[in-house]
Amino acid sequence: MTGKVPADAPARRAEVLARIAAALVDRPASSAVPRDYQHRLPDHVDVLDLFAERVADYRSTVHRTDAAGLAATVAAAIADRGIRRLVVPGGIPEGWLAACPAERIGDDPPLSVEELDGIDGTITGCAVAIAETGTFVLDAGSGQGRRVLSLLPDRLICVVTADQVVGTVPEALARLEPARPQTWVSGPSATSDIELERIEGVHGPRILDVVLVDRPG
Amino acid sequence: MTVPAEPVPPIHATTRRPLPTFRGTPPFPEAARTALADPQLRANLRRATTTIRDKRSRVVAEREDWEQLRLAGAAIKDEVLRDLPALLERLERAVVAAGGVVHWARDAADANAIVIEVARAHGTTEVVKVKSMTTQEIELNEALAIEGIDVWETDLAEMIVQLGHDLPSHILVPAIHRNRTEIRDIFRDEMGKVGRPAPADLTDDPKQLAEAARRHLREKFLRARVAVSGGNFAVAETGTIAVVESEGNGRMCLTLPDVLITVLGIEKLVPTWRDLEVFLQLLPRSATAERMNPYTSMWTGVTPGDGPQEFHLVLLDNGRTDVLSDQVGRQALRCIRCSACLNVCPVYERTGGRAYGSPYPGPIGAILTPQLRGIAHHPVDKQTASLPFASSLCGACFDACPVRIDIPEVLVHLRAQVVEHAARSHRIPTPEAGSMAAAGWVLQTARRLGRAERLASLGGRVVGRRGAIGRLPAPGWAGAWLRRRDLRTPARESFRAWWRRTGGRDDAR
Ligand code: SF4
Repeated sequence: MTGKVPADAPARRAEVLARIAAALVDRPASSAVPRDYQHRLPDHVDVLDLFAERVADYRSTVHRTDAAGLAATVAAAIADRGIRRLVVPGGIPEGWLAACPAERIGDDPPLSVEELDGIDGTITGCAVAIAETGTFVLDAGSGQGRRVLSLLPDRLICVVTADQVVGTVPEALARLEPARPQTWVSGPSATSDIELERIEGVHGPRILDVVLVDRPG
Repeated sequence: MTVPAEPVPPIHATTRRPLPTFRGTPPFPEAARTALADPQLRANLRRATTTIRDKRSRVVAEREDWEQLRLAGAAIKDEVLRDLPALLERLERAVVAAGGVVHWARDAADANAIVIEVARAHGTTEVVKVKSMTTQEIELNEALAIEGIDVWETDLAEMIVQLGHDLPSHILVPAIHRNRTEIRDIFRDEMGKVGRPAPADLTDDPKQLAEAARRHLREKFLRARVAVSGGNFAVAETGTIAVVESEGNGRMCLTLPDVLITVLGIEKLVPTWRDLEVFLQLLPRSATAERMNPYTSMWTGVTPGDGPQEFHLVLLDNGRTDVLSDQVGRQALRCIRCSACLNVCPVYERTGGRAYGSPYPGPIGAILTPQLRGIAHHPVDKQTASLPFASSLCGACFDACPVRIDIPEVLVHLRAQVVEHAARSHRIPTPEAGSMAAAGWVLQTARRLGRAERLASLGGRVVGRRGAIGRLPAPGWAGAWLRRRDLRTPARESFRAWWRRTGGRDDAR
């Protein structure tokens, strides 16, 4: 269903475009955009260390592990956060949840918002992560699912693998597909609206665990 | 005063000018006088601006390439302005191809009519809203209220402002003029009238206040069928819209309802996906002084099975083409609304946002508002004409601006336009004399009032705010504005005094 387009729509469009053209009669000169800002981190920077440090700066919890320790780390995070019912989006590798102590709830058929609102936590993968800013990006791909899954439950566990971590924002954008809906997450929901005092957690998940899976050896 | 009180018919412009948004705000000096007489407001603003300023310097200093990022940001935005018609059409094609609907609005009336029509088509009597200065500019809430449609502001600060029947005072922290005790009182008294009430034992602990807001709004989010948002960036190449936020209320509005309407100024474009790499670095550091804000949402049209299944993009002119027509003033359209210029401005720090009489306060408001109201083409009302004088031209705003807008240059340029309009209508003396050196006066007055307050406190009493206001002349034409302010419950003491007394302990009154 699509909203009706008002009858004078073409005229309004034409008028705005005509006004813009008239405002630009002086034909401002064109010049190239200088792009000599930083595109990559210097080689000596360990992006995994930096990512872990920057995520922790946002007062989220970072757990570092390797492939062998992943299932136990995830299970401990689920237990520590008291998650009894866990949303598991389609495509989460079975190995992540080999020791999962919580009841798993899938999203096929899609959960209603009321159902989701009543669930304790969600586990998700991500599309890419950015060391410099401590950000992970969800793009609704495999192992992540619909945007709402990482929004309504109050506890979020995100598993980031070493190959997903890039150094900078430019590198991250180059890896992402614009057409996919994206949520860039940098720490838990926050506000400073009351006397500028930072409070973690307003509407999004208030408790954020990031599990970083290092390269073997 | 030497400038006509009412807007006069335009000389060049093609349509009627947008009216001042905060109707009845007196010219800057008078409005500033009221703000200056409010010790709590000044103390809160000082604390806010100093805190953000210091944090911002730290995260900016972390980037050795900050100047290169600024230069790139300015150049990309200049490219947007230069190629605006082609880029807008490209954006339109991309959004439509992704299943969205694009509308064009010449002015506030068009934009509001479009939003109302979409809301009506879905038979809804309420919409949830993400903080957006553009929708404040067009007074969307008021327009929807007339149609019997409730608008729920979902940003915590905007909600405090809305529940308190109040006006925002800062772009990023609109409720910075309220202390925690006032906020607690507002929640306790007002939440129950419009939805889930605050818990009876609510204290003024910010954590508890945030929790009350979470519960109150969650009910509205889960129920809402239509959401209205602004947008920070729109990528012409891909049709992607980006919204940058902290609390997650944006995600709620952008994800849960069936229908999403985004009202976007035509200058908010970037040409390519890659260009976001510049702005997603400039904006968070300049705005909330963070390496990255907690949440950035991006979407392109409609995604089947995920999020709103109907998306409307309203492209808004509302005076922007007048800004664009001024070769000096058009750089104001590069603005990414970060508010860095507010936090470094010595005049803003002392008067707060409301003295500027529009949703755009501080240095950016002083150059944007007069231009949006058509000053390039015709005389503007006297409040608007006073804005270019609300600055000491110290230049701190230019240094802070992530897109290198030379605000002092534009201020001087606009002052000349005010003087020229006055001279043409044979009114002397010039507005500078009449409108005075508004900035110098503000700085002096702030010092004087600060001394008086300290003296009064020595006697062991806190200066009563209403008493202080009461001593000021309230000219008739300022009446409406002062009445709106009077809706506020007067605080019994300033934030500073409260802090001294309680040491910030919860619930001490
Ligand atoms: S003028 Fe510059 S500093 Fe001020 S809000 Fe706009 S972008 Fe930020």
